[in-house]
Amino acid sequence: MFKKVSLLLALLVVASMVLTACQPAAPAEQPAAEQPAAEEPEMKFKVCQVTDTGGIDDKSFNATAWKGAEDAVAELGVEAKYLESQEVADYEKNLNAFIEEKCDLIITVGFLLGDATKASAEANPDFEYTIVDVSYDPVIPNVVGQVFQTDEAAFLAGYLAAATTQTGKVGTFGGLPIPPVTIFMDGFARGVMYYNEVKGTNVEVLGWDINDPEGGLFTMSFDDQTKGKEFGIQLMDEGADIIMPVAGPVGLGTAAAITERGSGYIIGVDADWVLTNPDYAPIILTSVLKKMDVTTFNVIKDAMEGNFTGGITAGTIENGGVDLAPFHELDGMVSDELKAELEDVRAKLIDGTITLSDAFKVQ
Amino acid sequence: MTQDNENKHNFNKLNHVAEEVLADSTKKKSIWQTMLIPALAILTGLILGAVIIISTSEEVYTGFQQSFGAGLSASWSAVANSYSSLFKGAFGDPAYIIESLRSGDALEIRRALNPFLESLVVATPYIFAGLAVALGFRAGLFNIGVEGQLFMGAIAATYVGYSIKGLPGFIHMPLALLAGAAGGAIWGFVPGWLKAKTGGHEVINTIMMNWIAFRLTEWLLTGPMTRPNAGRIPVSPIIEKSAEIPQFFKAPIRFHLGFFIALAVAYLIYWLLFKTTWGFNLRTVGANPRAAKYAGMNIARNTIMAMTISGALAGLAGANQVLAINRSMAIGLSSGYGFDSIALALLGNSHPFGVILGALFFGVLRNGATKMMVTTAIPIDIISILQALILMFVAAPAIIRAIYRIRKPKAGDEAVVFAGSWGGNK
Repeated sequence: MFKKVSLLLALLVVASMVLTACQPAAPAEQPAAEQPAAEEPEMKFKVCQVTDTGGIDDKSFNATAWKGAEDAVAELGVEAKYLESQEVADYEKNLNAFIEEKCDLIITVGFLLGDATKASAEANPDFEYTIVDVSYDPVIPNVVGQVFQTDEAAFLAGYLAAATTQTGKVGTFGGLPIPPVTIFMDGFARGVMYYNEVKGTNVEVLGWDINDPEGGLFTMSFDDQTKGKEFGIQLMDEGADIIMPVAGPVGLGTAAAITERGSGYIIGVDADWVLTNPDYAPIILTSVLKKMDVTTFNVIKDAMEGNFTGGITAGTIENGGVDLAPFHELDGMVSDELKAELEDVRAKLIDGTITLSDAFKVQ
Repeated sequence: MTQDNENKHNFNKLNHVAEEVLADSTKKKSIWQTMLIPALAILTGLILGAVIIISTSEEVYTGFQQSFGAGLSASWSAVANSYSSLFKGAFGDPAYIIESLRSGDALEIRRALNPFLESLVVATPYIFAGLAVALGFRAGLFNIGVEGQLFMGAIAATYVGYSIKGLPGFIHMPLALLAGAAGGAIWGFVPGWLKAKTGGHEVINTIMMNWIAFRLTEWLLTGPMTRPNAGRIPVSPIIEKSAEIPQFFKAPIRFHLGFFIALAVAYLIYWLLFKTTWGFNLRTVGANPRAAKYAGMNIARNTIMAMTISGALAGLAGANQVLAINRSMAIGLSSGYGFDSIALALLGNSHPFGVILGALFFGVLRNGATKMMVTTAIPIDIISILQALILMFVAAPAIIRAIYRIRKPKAGDEAVVFAGSWGGNK
């Protein structure tokens, strides 16, 4: 008997709970203290980002693209929302949620979202999309693929490394032999070659040969820092004193190896490593920046001003989509003369005097 | 104890176990009685969830800075907004549905009806994976390897899905599903066999098999099974049209045949467990292996069979995701179905029908969370906390009884079905 009564009570509570939950918040409940100024027109431009399974705080491209959206919130007054995907099946679901939300621009990030973005864009031709690090061939009229001519920035890093090395050897390695990775290594090696050509030196690059792309050095992992350490030790044993690891957090293992040895420097990739990994600031010579926030911001700006055109937008050294990070603590190591030379190389990259590999041309 | 005494003791025990196991399948326990604890656990979880929503909402803090009343009403609107968008995201917005029906626009109607159907889509892999764990529990086995078995099932189904060409759909799709079941079954068989033949504990071995499965699929996706001309990104080729589990409606509705396959499989497992001698043996082994052994039941065979079928069910969960939704295999296949389903099986009392209810509940929560995040910017992590709270209360019925002052049921009414796995019984 007692059980039945309590059961009934419980059911009542559940029912009332569900019923109240169904009700939208009654207008009378709105806080009276709310400033009337908060009543803004609902016509804000709405940008919506779907992350891949890395999440919004992955310290990599999801986070960087979101920074672009946040910059747009601050500078352009747009409204930004994001949905994190926990698994592959969420991509389509989240894209649908944003279609229903009538977002003005949908941002997706990374090759894992490539299929889902394509399908969604084709099914909803009246919506505008942009995807980071993916380009479609043939282009989809309502998608802007953001790609990066990273080898231009890596070229500068290579030149800098060749000018700074004490041992006459610099090294690099990648996570996987895929174009978004090897483009860094190729640009880096070409930068060193160019330095040799101009200065008549003979600085050697370990881990990448521009004439033998199959023979590069790869960890086959983007998360195993032990590998990064092993590769770092190996490269240092072979004489390299500046290393550029292109394998995400694996490179932190290399940084640890360099710190342990007490000599040598590292060149970061994607973001400015001095900002993301301040512990290693004393050995971070510079970073090769892939500024997805800048390109994302630019696409948002274009879409907002009605200048959206599908296709490809390339981040280059010219438009600031790729760049070399400041030297921070190690600024003293880079002479004014070298800085001027780097500016000169930069100008030559922009005006086309220096040309890079056609194989990595993104546009 | 003398041999004779021990025999008598075992015999008594056996009688008792048989009675219990039989009772389990014949006694018509009041449905309300079985649902009471989970229902109260859900309620308590929602209330505590509300507390968390309030305490993480910025509006509430600014409200309380102004005045106590403003803080209270901000708390109320935060909770009401969250739960109402959770509800709308999971079941649909009644106003929108009516409006869309009135407009008669097919796309609008599909969009309006999508939320509930999407909840069923999200629930489908949970049904398969929950059944996998529940079957293990019934046999006294703790299968923590469902996640790895799911991956193996998915990769096997993907391979059959894209490599075989030119088959008609009514052959290709079932074939790919079966491949998925087989992939999972192999991954379940190994720890089952190890347990039966060597006594190696299935908890440890299934966890280890998970790691092997994860790394193996990663290797396959970047190596032999990578999509050609895609720059070696870890994604498989897209499966053939004929291997797809059909979806019933046009975009954005993803509701598909897999849901009904899951229901059918759940019924099949129910029938196997409760209507066949084999199921009786399995449950007896699960309830008391020593007594079962004394009764002449083959424990080794039962263990291997249970783990293999459990693995096959998990494999179906993975195959379902690939064939019905994703259409290719990529890293990031699962958000942890294999681990969530352990809790789900508990929520469902390790009964196939309970698993279906539990899976529907998880589907509703997960799917509603998307909408909740879009409208209120409450991160999806809150939903994970909600799930965890509810499951904690389900797993610890004593807390719920204490809170709501419910009397303890008679011994045996609420058997803990999987305790046998942890040591003691060899």
